[in-house]
Amino acid sequence: MSDVLVSVENVGKKFCRSLKKSLWYGVQDMAGEILGCCREHDLRADEFWAVKDVSFELKRGECLGLIGRNGAGKTTLLRLLNGLIKPDHGRIEVRGRVGALIALGAGFNPILTGRENIYVNASVLGLKKKEIDNKIDEIIDFSEIGEFIDSPVQNYSSGMNVRLGFGIAASLDPDILILDEVLAVGDIRFRAKCYNKLQSMFDRCAVILVSHNTEDVARLCTRVNLLEHGGSQYLGPVEGGIRRYLEANGPMDNKALIVAADYLDITVTNVVVDIESASKNVGSIKIQAHITAKYTTSEIRLVWCLLDSEGRNVCVSVASPLDIIAQRSYSLLSELSELRLCRGIYQIAANIIRVNPAPSGQYPEYPDNWELLASFRNLGQIIWNSQKIIPFGSNVFMPSETTLHDIG
Amino acid sequence: MQPVDTLPKTVYTPESQMHSPAKLAKAMWNDLKDSRELAWRLFVRDFSARYRQSFLGIFWAFLPALLSGLVFIFLQAKNVVNLGSVDIPYPVFVIIGTTLWQTFSESISGPLKAVHDGKSMLAKINFPREALVVAALYEVLFSVAIKYVVIVAVLLFFKMPLGLGLIYSIPAVLSLIFLGMALGLFLTPIGMLYSDIGSALTIFIQFWFLVTPVVYAPPHSFPYSLIATLNPVSPLLVGTRDLMTKGIILDTTLFMSVSACSVIGLFVAWVVYRVSMPIIIERISS
Repeated sequence: MSDVLVSVENVGKKFCRSLKKSLWYGVQDMAGEILGCCREHDLRADEFWAVKDVSFELKRGECLGLIGRNGAGKTTLLRLLNGLIKPDHGRIEVRGRVGALIALGAGFNPILTGRENIYVNASVLGLKKKEIDNKIDEIIDFSEIGEFIDSPVQNYSSGMNVRLGFGIAASLDPDILILDEVLAVGDIRFRAKCYNKLQSMFDRCAVILVSHNTEDVARLCTRVNLLEHGGSQYLGPVEGGIRRYLEANGPMDNKALIVAADYLDITVTNVVVDIESASKNVGSIKIQAHITAKYTTSEIRLVWCLLDSEGRNVCVSVASPLDIIAQRSYSLLSELSELRLCRGIYQIAANIIRVNPAPSGQYPEYPDNWELLASFRNLGQIIWNSQKIIPFGSNVFMPSETTLHDIG
Repeated sequence: MQPVDTLPKTVYTPESQMHSPAKLAKAMWNDLKDSRELAWRLFVRDFSARYRQSFLGIFWAFLPALLSGLVFIFLQAKNVVNLGSVDIPYPVFVIIGTTLWQTFSESISGPLKAVHDGKSMLAKINFPREALVVAALYEVLFSVAIKYVVIVAVLLFFKMPLGLGLIYSIPAVLSLIFLGMALGLFLTPIGMLYSDIGSALTIFIQFWFLVTPVVYAPPHSFPYSLIATLNPVSPLLVGTRDLMTKGIILDTTLFMSVSACSVIGLFVAWVVYRVSMPIIIERISS
């Protein structure tokens, strides 16, 4: 027995750049469809392949991330999978109910009450009256509309609207789940609820996720399909896919954001990160950097920070004291070992600090005694793709081995 | 969790659905069955939203027909126009005529309007596309039900007998609706691509009104008699009116053949609508 829920074979879809021609081709295609003529496979004037030769299979419990730049054909592929439009080439096979968490609250009528709209929207999504009757309390409960459920939807706040839309769509129990960026809506507490709901759906479904948020892709997907100009450029493990995607996006804005004290004028450049054995839960990374300073300084310390996608510090590592002579260039190698991180993408930042003498009785390296001399953000990125999903990272001070070489 | 093998399988290929008519027919039947409940929901949604935001409410179901009827009654009574003589009281003749014409014109414009209004849903959600059209049909049927009340009131007011013909007229009205829906549905795919269709339809219906014996009796002298023979609405409208007022249809053969054509036409239009919908959706914005 095969477990394949979605099978896509060499699928292609043509689109047309000019509206006038597109409409005319529409008439031609319609005539062809009705008369049963074969569709021609060549491109007509002004046409291009919006999706070309894409193939993949997806089993239950898997999540495929579709990534790529705007206009790469991701949404078109989703619409093909959803059966909204016909492929011009190839073959798509889906098994079971397809649920799309796109267009939340489509078909809501503002005049009608929340309860009435639940019935309409859920019917449009394919639920029968009986199923809705069974689920309506759950939906109202989940979306936290409370007593407002019998007031017109036009009086709802936008948050209530999307919450209700999400609640209905999430009650669908699909076999194949299609997500177009709408992962979580509402305030922070409700977003957490959405994530939990999605997580519970993920185990039962084959999921296809379109997202520009590489963080979400890294965290949720089991495989990645990188689309470029409609074609599939990469299909495979998440880490490689995201790396290709980030590279294809051109050099990242790698200019380090530097906030440095004038008198110090230190620079950290050429940061190279090397991840070792991140596939297990525990991993280590090596960071290489060049340091120069305008003035001679001693007893300064380099603090490496790993920031998550929302800019929070998840890991801080303080290197041993460094002495730097003015106008010389140093090569620095730090190794952060025993890292325990959630799956995701992290940014590397560095801070230069001086540790001031501690008041008596206090541990000398206590952060209260730190004086920030310079801070560098956006030095590089690491993609952490541990096999096992750890629900939380280790937000602690990590040991690091740092060595400094004078390279002239 | 249901085993994968038992889940229903859907296949999308570029091949025309017309190549496998049996499969197409089965899918159409299934979708029609599935869409009944959804259509009802959509109808109730539009219905309640409309009447919650309206003072006159259900009066709109017959007000236009009544008003245009009154205009012709006035014109005829004051001899401003001469619309010939009819064998029943002229107000009854006109009001039933305009009411039936309103039904027909609602049936023609219904599908395009319904599909147009559902555009954003169509572009994003895969639901049986028939539902929108069936909802439009429900709407026409509902408005017909109200119109019947008005017609009975008019008949009573003019002391006309209420016969079994009123009951027999129900399938006749259905034929009229089917003819309208067939034409409307047939134009819907193209009308979704080009807005010209919608605009032309409005003008065309007005013109059509004039060449249909709605406010005048079917002419007998050539070439005007063509109005009664070439225009497919004429036999249905005249026949329905005769059933309502006199309980008989004069030209049964013509009436029956046009009715049969309407039903067949509706089916053909449905097939056209169904197979062209994916093509329309890829070319319209949501």
